[in-house]
Amino acid sequence: MSPRLLKGLSVPVFALALTAAACGGNAKDAAAPAAPAAPATVVDPATAAGVTGTIKLDGAVPPVTAIKMSADPICARQNKDPKSDSLVVAADGAIANVLVYVKDGLTGNFPAPATPVVLNQTGCQYTPHVFGVQVGQPLQIVNSDPTLHNVHAMPNANQEFNTGQPIQGMKFDHTFSAREVMVPFKCDVHGWMNAHAAVLDHPFFAVSGPDGKFELKGLPPGKYTLEAVHEKLGTQTLTIELAAKDAKTADFSFKAAS
Amino acid sequence: MLHLFSRLVVAATLLLIFAGGLVTSTASGLSVPDWPNTYGWFMFSFPLDKMVGGIFYEHGHRLIASTVGFLMVILAVWLWRAEARPWVRRVGFVALGAVVAQGVLGGLTVLFFLPPPISIAHASLAQLVFCLTLTVATVTSQGWHEGYQRMTGSAREGDRLLMRLATLTAAAAYIQILLGATMRHTEAGLAIPDFPLAFGHLIPPHWTAKIAIHFAHRLGALTVTLLVLATAGHVLAHHRRRPSLRNPAILLLIVLGTQVTLGAYVVWTAKQFIVNSAHVANGALVLGTALVLALRTHRLFGRHARQAGSSRVNRATAAHLGVRA
Repeated sequence: MSPRLLKGLSVPVFALALTAAACGGNAKDAAAPAAPAAPATVVDPATAAGVTGTIKLDGAVPPVTAIKMSADPICARQNKDPKSDSLVVAADGAIANVLVYVKDGLTGNFPAPATPVVLNQTGCQYTPHVFGVQVGQPLQIVNSDPTLHNVHAMPNANQEFNTGQPIQGMKFDHTFSAREVMVPFKCDVHGWMNAHAAVLDHPFFAVSGPDGKFELKGLPPGKYTLEAVHEKLGTQTLTIELAAKDAKTADFSFKAAS
Repeated sequence: MLHLFSRLVVAATLLLIFAGGLVTSTASGLSVPDWPNTYGWFMFSFPLDKMVGGIFYEHGHRLIASTVGFLMVILAVWLWRAEARPWVRRVGFVALGAVVAQGVLGGLTVLFFLPPPISIAHASLAQLVFCLTLTVATVTSQGWHEGYQRMTGSAREGDRLLMRLATLTAAAAYIQILLGATMRHTEAGLAIPDFPLAFGHLIPPHWTAKIAIHFAHRLGALTVTLLVLATAGHVLAHHRRRPSLRNPAILLLIVLGTQVTLGAYVVWTAKQFIVNSAHVANGALVLGTALVLALRTHRLFGRHARQAGSSRVNRATAAHLGVRA
């Protein structure tokens, strides 16, 4: 092998390094925070309407998926019979962890509350598994486990972040700057841990419970598009018109995956 | 001793490539969110009992990488002090620079959440580091110093065809690895879910960017296979009595067969992480074996070998080659 050949070999080595360095990161740019141009919208309690409903699965109820936590003995000790929260369906077909929100039809400015939404890591699972948070509202992420976690949010419209929480009791605060449904969260240490957040510019959202029920309260009268989002089953939408003090029902049905 | 040490560095680098494959295959690349620290700890003081889940793979990869870096410093210094040939000393320093750049790329890809361009560069440079260490190990061997002549008598003049074939095979293997790294870091590994067909056809009936990347890797495999068969076939047909060529040619056939099999199982097992990582590491073996074969053909039939052969013990040439004449 000639010295010239070796000299040539050194070129791609550094070219590669330089190219990669020049590429830089692709950390997603956060969308500009919404400027609160308009005064806060106040919904008159005398006319406020509400929607309740149930989310059901159309098809065979899938079996509960067990999680193997043997990769971390502390998790395995803490959570003796862990089950996946990704698709939780009751015997009657009621689906939990479906986010229902007003997708279209709202006007006004709904400032974010100062009270934080808490995302807890306990038993090496996220609680809640699905949640809503307003743009600008604090999100507090807590590690209640005696093991370490990393919290990795992978949004598109907001800033991606990945932070470590090696010590039990650690807290991390974050606020999202742009509306986005849904933002996935994962722990790369424990591959089974994931959660989903809906970042909205209003407070009209709810997550279905184990009985599949949800409730949207305090809506101003109007015509709305409601969307139900499930991480595995996709989305369903419907339109609803609410008069003053209406209490209507809006049920959603998802087809079981074939 | 220097040659033995360089072989140790080669083995450590191969282990590092396998460990890197495990990081990607287990999706553990971001399980340690900071760099160069680990969850705020200095890397070497991170408690072993906290190496759980994805951290085991990511932090383990960092520890092995640090060890390889340390070994590479020793190798470069050793070459600088003990090696007579300036170009070999330069290879040592280039390898050291490459491994430092490799560490920086590894850190950047973590801090920027695994952007494909940086991750692909990290994977590609890893293979170049492996090639550089393998080059040092090859050119510091006794066989190289002796020009691979002793075992078989004088070199057959020429065989430029083999030189070209072997070099082309090594280059094709590296390009194939670049394609593989691109496929891996753009999550196109299962873009075509069946093998050996593609969606039941020889050519995919529909195309996306991921399918194109995946299919390019399959075409690359076919190209490398044909080149390996041509090179190894040529060696076995014309240089069967020359162990310095015959042995790597046979090894090349073995690692190629293993690689194709592993590639098939990557698809059939839906990227089972051990199979996937073994495919990455064995890819380095295909490249490395092709490189050794190419280096030896250049040593046997290249310009320097012919000069050395014509003057037998030509002092000037021997000094240039580092042979203590």
